[in-house]
Amino acid sequence: MSVVTLTINDELVSAQEGQTLLSVLQERGIEVPTLCHLDGLSERGGCRLCMVEMEGTGRLQAACVTQVQEGMVVHTHSERLVKYRRMILELLFSERNHVCAVCVMNGHCELQWEAAQIGMDHVRYEYLNPDLPMDASHERFVIDHNRCILCTRCVRVCDEIEGAHVWDVMGRGVNSRVIADLNQPWGTSQSCTSCGKCVQVCPTGALFSKGATVAEMEKQHNFLRWILDGREKKIWSYENGK
Amino acid sequence: MNRSDLEALAQRELQRQQAFRCRILCCASTPCLSSGATAVYDAINAAIKEGELDAEVQAVSTGCMGPCSRGPMVTVQVKDEGEFIYEHVSPEVGRQLVTYHARSAASPAEELPEPLRTRLLPSDMPFFAKQKKVVLSNSGLIDPERLEDYVARGGYAALAHALREMTPEEVCREIINSGLRGRGGAGYPTGLKWDMVRKARGDKKYVIANGDEGDPGAYMDRTLMESDPHRVLEGMAIAGYAVGADQGYIYVRGEYPIAAKRLERAIRTAERRGLLGSRILDSNFNFRIDVRIGAGAFVCGEETALMASIMGRRGQPTPRPPYPAQSGLWGKPTLINNVETFGNIAPIIQNGAEWFASIGTAKSKGTKIFALAGKVATTGLIEVPMGITLREIVYDIGGGIPNDLAFKAAQTGGPSGGCIPAQYLDTPVDYESLKALGSIMGSGGLIIMDEHSCMVDVAKFFMEFCMDESCGKCVPCRVGTVQMHRLLERITDGSATLQDLETLKELCVMVKETSLCGLGQSAPNPVLSTIQYFLDEYEAHIRERRCPAGVCTLEKTPVTEWVHA
Ligand SMILES: Cc1cc2nc3c(=O)[nH]c(=O)nc-3n(C[C@H](O)[C@H](O)[C@H](O)COP(=O)(O)O)c2cc1C
Ligand code: SF4
Ligand code: SF4
Ligand code: SF4
Ligand code: SF4
Ligand code: FES
Ligand code: FES
Repeated sequence: MSVVTLTINDELVSAQEGQTLLSVLQERGIEVPTLCHLDGLSERGGCRLCMVEMEGTGRLQAACVTQVQEGMVVHTHSERLVKYRRMILELLFSERNHVCAVCVMNGHCELQWEAAQIGMDHVRYEYLNPDLPMDASHERFVIDHNRCILCTRCVRVCDEIEGAHVWDVMGRGVNSRVIADLNQPWGTSQSCTSCGKCVQVCPTGALFSKGATVAEMEKQHNFLRWILDGREKKIWSYENGK
Repeated sequence: MNRSDLEALAQRELQRQQAFRCRILCCASTPCLSSGATAVYDAINAAIKEGELDAEVQAVSTGCMGPCSRGPMVTVQVKDEGEFIYEHVSPEVGRQLVTYHARSAASPAEELPEPLRTRLLPSDMPFFAKQKKVVLSNSGLIDPERLEDYVARGGYAALAHALREMTPEEVCREIINSGLRGRGGAGYPTGLKWDMVRKARGDKKYVIANGDEGDPGAYMDRTLMESDPHRVLEGMAIAGYAVGADQGYIYVRGEYPIAAKRLERAIRTAERRGLLGSRILDSNFNFRIDVRIGAGAFVCGEETALMASIMGRRGQPTPRPPYPAQSGLWGKPTLINNVETFGNIAPIIQNGAEWFASIGTAKSKGTKIFALAGKVATTGLIEVPMGITLREIVYDIGGGIPNDLAFKAAQTGGPSGGCIPAQYLDTPVDYESLKALGSIMGSGGLIIMDEHSCMVDVAKFFMEFCMDESCGKCVPCRVGTVQMHRLLERITDGSATLQDLETLKELCVMVKETSLCGLGQSAPNPVLSTIQYFLDEYEAHIRERRCPAGVCTLEKTPVTEWVHA
């Protein structure tokens, strides 16, 4: 595989051809916020938080869906980018009903964490206050649409890793909604194996385990790496992998 | 069928048509159909039968003639006398047309009997005189359901020529040299796109015609598909030959059942005659075309979403690169062009690249079809040479603003475009000039506004459209359009502050720069362009709580006022 050289924040960096820009940034410890990206899942490019500036074109590009190219000149934290990221987070908070103080994910939520990182202390846009349900029909898990940011990590993990494809998205625009099977209560889904993968990858308090109360829900998604590395190296049990 | 069969077919049809003394062309395109064209056509046919005029008079059901707001439109072609174009033809007037024109030589226009006289359009009407018909050259003159009609006017000759005399590379070169640019909105050079797909490596390639046409009020593509479907098919087949594809799809918006029906029928007849399908015109070239029906989402006109829809997936855009030319339908190199772009191909191959390049301006060649709407005397479908001024379109072709009102702005490009104010009426209409004014050529929507239009209200209308049509994949567009719409609502209901205007401007720029696809990237354009030219109107709404055009009712007050009161 050939090596390409690019410039990130005025520093020369080499990377493997075919790598995404985001993976290069992460390898080098350059932190850009991400919400839809998750190591081990296909890329979506939907949250637009990982956008970076490309010198020359003047255009912004989402790092998670951009492949590195020879001679690229990238800036990751210009004033404009930080402002836009903050605005996007404000939009997300205005979209549904985020009340952190009473949320199961308070303190462990990726959305909340990104907002805190960037210093987003208030929302300048009108809260849309949609009237959304919560579905507790599943015996082990709950989906609360009030906290969903439509990142589709649940859709992708259930389809790509678990192979069940329970989740999908219905409707469009701000009326989009994650649905189970043919828009039925999750508990009645015939395809759900109750593996819990979707719950673990969900960045917010939208998917959680029954019984968790305020601030109790913590999620683990390193299982994705174990599964993928294991598949690649043909390690079929956890002990062997050690 | 081979080339000489094609010529023989054309000859036979021409002779058949020339046998009639009088041909009565009746528009059967959607706008005229909705004003009662079917009954007119039936009445004319009945009158021919009753008068036993079958040998002398032929009634033809055609596509759009242009001045759609004056429909039902009927054109009477009389041998040795010329053409008579009638507006607002009722079934009764239709009957009278038959009896009058079938027998006696027509008297001068001003001596025509009533009610024909008032319905006759002057032969030198600027509406027709200032247009240049290239893509619509058959529209309104042929029966779109008859292959013979198209062939008689030179149809499929360009395909025959390309297959016999040109290599795929030469076809691409010809299109590059013509300077043709995509008519779907962005104006990308068509020949370069073709050449990219031609050079792309792949065992299978596809050609797609984009007939999704989602801009509110626009109907250029529908008209072309309804009025001259074979022209689009011929353009696609030539493209298939040039890029090395053997399968084409034409993606038609679900709201266009007549277009879809006529295309299906045209495909079947062309296949039967060996003009599509296997071994086209006795060559080694095979090309099938299938119709795919959209479900009415604006975003499915975006090329990556359209391809997802054809593949049976959710119609959502995906990031580019990869471009369709590298990896499109099922991962194969795919050429996608607008149907009007395909409508230009046969004339270019037939008349040569130089001929085409001689029409238009330095960087915008050929003609453009517009759906002229709003406050002009004659609305309808027009095809004009690139570089014509807005003033000529509004005052000559459109016949000016009714009721002696003043022109205020022209909106081009629909929800992705902008408003051009009166001081730029003399701007030539081409890709670069419109872009320089903060609007775009777009796909051909052109709405004329007079003093009674409120520009904030116009911006709000288009924002509401984008908000409803956003696919929801990316945050800036999904939530940003709703927030921008809320802010515009506040401005038009009187509850906005100057701070809200700043918030709106900031959001516009952010959404434009961070959205994933063209829908979000261009959704703020109508707001930005009205702020650029009509800031005083925005400020009048906010500072004086007054709508200068008298459209908005500003009954609310800003929150801050009653907090401080
Ligand atoms: C939201 C959106 C809607 C679009 N709708 C249409 C459409 O209805 N028809 C069309 O031809 N192109 C449409 N386009 C442009 C297509 O993506 C594509 O550029 C075009 O079909 C290419 O053809 P052309 O090169 O002949 O213009 C749309 C683009 C966007 C972003
Ligand atoms: S999902 Fe995250 S941001 Fe939303 S309420 Fe819960 S903790 Fe707060
Ligand atoms: S629990 Fe597993 S199978 Fe069920 S929806 Fe979640 S990921 Fe899919
Ligand atoms: S439920 Fe969770 S993982 Fe699924 S889309 Fe919503 S926020 Fe993302
Ligand atoms: S810009 Fe709008 S329409 Fe395009 S992908 Fe994003 S949400 Fe969907
Ligand atoms: S992480 Fe790149 S767009 Fe969401
Ligand atoms: S539809 Fe009849 S003239 Fe346009």
